Amino acid sequence: MSFLRELYLAFWRVAIAIELQYRASSAIWLLGVVVEPVIYLAVWSAVAEAQGGEIGGFGPHEFAAYYLVLTLVNQVTQGWHMWEFQFRVQQGQFSFLLLRPVHPIHGDLAENLAHKAVMQVVLLPVLGALALVFAPRFDADPWSLALFLPALALAFALRFVVEWTLALACFWTTRIMAVNQTYFAVLFFLSGRVAPVELLPEYVRFAADALPFRWMIAFPVELALGRLSPAQIATGFAAQSVWLAVAALGLTALWPRALRRFSAVGT
Amino acid sequence: MQSLRIFWVFAKLGFQNEAAYRANFWVQIFESVLNIGWALAAVGIVFARTDTLAGWRAGELVALLGVYFVVYGAIQIVIAPSLTKFMEDVRTGALDFTLVKPADSQLLVSLSEVRVWKLVDLVLGLAILASGLGRIAAEIGALEALGFLVALGAGALTVYGFWMLLATCAFWFVRLENVLMIFWNMYQAGRWPLDVYPRWLRWTLTGLVPVALAVTVPAEALAGRLSAGNLALACAVALVISCVSRWFWKLGLRRYSGASA
Repeated sequence: MSFLRELYLAFWRVAIAIELQYRASSAIWLLGVVVEPVIYLAVWSAVAEAQGGEIGGFGPHEFAAYYLVLTLVNQVTQGWHMWEFQFRVQQGQFSFLLLRPVHPIHGDLAENLAHKAVMQVVLLPVLGALALVFAPRFDADPWSLALFLPALALAFALRFVVEWTLALACFWTTRIMAVNQTYFAVLFFLSGRVAPVELLPEYVRFAADALPFRWMIAFPVELALGRLSPAQIATGFAAQSVWLAVAALGLTALWPRALRRFSAVGT
Repeated sequence: MQSLRIFWVFAKLGFQNEAAYRANFWVQIFESVLNIGWALAAVGIVFARTDTLAGWRAGELVALLGVYFVVYGAIQIVIAPSLTKFMEDVRTGALDFTLVKPADSQLLVSLSEVRVWKLVDLVLGLAILASGLGRIAAEIGALEALGFLVALGAGALTVYGFWMLLATCAFWFVRLENVLMIFWNMYQAGRWPLDVYPRWLRWTLTGLVPVALAVTVPAEALAGRLSAGNLALACAVALVISCVSRWFWKLGLRRYSGASA
């Protein structure tokens, strides 16, 4: 256990140093995180206006609260390994990672958390400024706010494991772009990013409930805004746990097979 | 005339290069269809809840998406790959080989790489544009069509000038790929009419990153809501940014000293 702790500390220090080195690219990465929610916030506010002030209990101020919290949740849960793996395979970086005496997922996890910790320094002020512009209205009760953190942690774990597992596809195909794009399209529609799930057409909402994507982003957001009943909250935590278990099983089953497929390319 | 011939040569070269990777054509079709389907589905989800969005009807929004993908395709076919290659060439010193060629250097670096498969985006964009227009066709007169062509030309010039300005910065700053990411991030905002955004964002999208001039203004012309004054303004911006980017290019060239051994 103390070995793992030392390991994470070491990875963490390296990742923080890298983060501080490339400040400009991190800031631009942040722009990508903020632009999309602001676009859909503006679009849905315009829809609410066209429909006489509100739709389905959302007015411009509720949409503002929804999309600001979503920006944070999306940033905290997101990963970039689906893109990263392509380079790792193409450039032979996996050879080095596999020589290390630990599973490469540990290094990725530590790097991911370090990046997000550093980015909060920029993201939170930006969210604060956006809150001044869009005037969000929050009326959540304290206990749904208290449940927000565990829901966020589970959402992060679920999204991380699912994306890391899907990234393994690059051991089988070199055209990983098609896999990535499909995943991101589905995620966009079913995770509450295109619209709050309750505003989606019925058949889309059904897919959102049945698949893991809603529980990666939309669920913690709805929880923080106090839009869920106790029964819905319990369902959400159950769905997160079950999907996380499924994804973890998938990862442990696929990893040895992926390793057997691996043949080094590059220098 | 000479510039057209040069473009044709580069286009043929690009085709020969990419024809070697024919499977990429199918991958490109898959990606483009997914991209466009994604955008149309988002419009569908929004219009399941309303009939107008900041005064725009569904058909007009589909036409707007068509313009968005036509401009996107045009950038991806030649502007983005050529200027990305140019920035790399400044870093490695390979720009020397371009500069000794007996043609205008700005023209050469702007056309040097043509990605033929990206035509798929442009063609699909035209199809979406046509289907959007089909729904509002009765209202488009010759005047609107002419306004659209002029606005599209002005928008294309503005976007090209903007990219040229960014790329020319490579003479001073060596690492710029990330700056282009700013453009792509802001460009997504063009999928929706400018009228939905709050005023400060509208100004950013018109003034700092000319997304509006490239996408919204031509679509406005089709929808018959573009005033003559705004069209004149778009043309003036196109003219100014073309001259400024040309001047800036010459200034940058004078600074270039080669990086080869």
